[in-house]
Amino acid sequence: MGPLDKLGLIPEWYGMEIAVLAGFFFGLALERAGFADPRKLVNIFYLRDFAVLRVMFTAIVTCAVGLGVLWAAGLYRMELIYILPTKLTAQIIGGFIIGVGFVVGGYCPTTSVVAAVTGRLDAVVFLLGMCLGVVGFFVPFRLWSGLYEGVQGQILVPEVLGLSWGVTLLLIVVMAACMFMVAAWVEKKINKEDVFAQASG
Amino acid sequence: MSNPFAERDKRLYGQSYWSPYVCGVILGLTLLFAFYTMGRGLGSSGAFARVTIAATNAVAHQYTAENPYTASYVEGGENPLNDWLIWEVFGVVLGALFGAFVWGRFKGEIARGPNMAAGGRLWLALFGGFLSGWGARLASGCTSGQALTGGGSLAAGSWIFMFCIFGGAYAAAWFLRKEWL
Repeated sequence: MGPLDKLGLIPEWYGMEIAVLAGFFFGLALERAGFADPRKLVNIFYLRDFAVLRVMFTAIVTCAVGLGVLWAAGLYRMELIYILPTKLTAQIIGGFIIGVGFVVGGYCPTTSVVAAVTGRLDAVVFLLGMCLGVVGFFVPFRLWSGLYEGVQGQILVPEVLGLSWGVTLLLIVVMAACMFMVAAWVEKKINKEDVFAQASG
Repeated sequence: MSNPFAERDKRLYGQSYWSPYVCGVILGLTLLFAFYTMGRGLGSSGAFARVTIAATNAVAHQYTAENPYTASYVEGGENPLNDWLIWEVFGVVLGALFGAFVWGRFKGEIARGPNMAAGGRLWLALFGGFLSGWGARLASGCTSGQALTGGGSLAAGSWIFMFCIFGGAYAAAWFLRKEWL
């Protein structure tokens, strides 16, 4: 029965070990995917390599379906997890700026950590920039505190769509599959090669 | 395990990586593990906010305690570094080091496109990092803390956030083609 921590099924101090363990596989997955190389990351924005899309949506589908199955089987109390609150204006502006920062800097926060510790100087500088960005956010905080504090609350995708969890999950799986197919098609056009044909041929 | 992308990775990056689908499943199971055990997801920008606030607190405690954003981090003499995310990012460092060590992939370099100067690349990395750090504070999370975690738990705002990241990046890509292509 989960979540273990919220149900008091594990001692509090286990949290630290779990954090390091989860982080370990997080970092390993990103390193193995080649996400310590910013060229591999930003190539999605030049339509040459959609690895970012594939890793991201495979992970989201795996987790969302996993949670749904555990919940349906009575092994998970979904109402106990922390659902990130929706704050539309802040998320739209923040997301857009992180997106621009991704192409300008070559990383997002976690991938810059992986790149920095595996030897890339530009990633170390990116991390430094991130810390400066935090200072740039909190020093003049009053200027955008209104933007930051406007919260709509904990809203779930199935609620917005008016669908059940099961149907929403199915939609997400279908959407991911469609995106993977379009990505493969675009890559083939841009790179003028068919990796799948080469692999099987 | 056969990876259809291995040949192209070799040509484009001089490396053979694992299949993005395999890495995605590992990442998804890790996220599921975090939710199952702790009832929370993964993250990283929050850890750097905490490090920055802890450093500010060390040199200017009065200011940190009074600033409306940082005040809650140091309330009642609390140490901003005493947090789950800090340990999780420590794990990310270990995982990345392990991967790079076992498969011999340490590479001291300033990664950039073939037509980009090293100095210019570092300034852009600094500026990109600034944008990322700033934006992640406004949105209360980054690609992992919001998009991945919120995406996997079907939080509506996180899905919109994720599409905005892609929107911002695709909008900026043309202007920065010299840095990468």
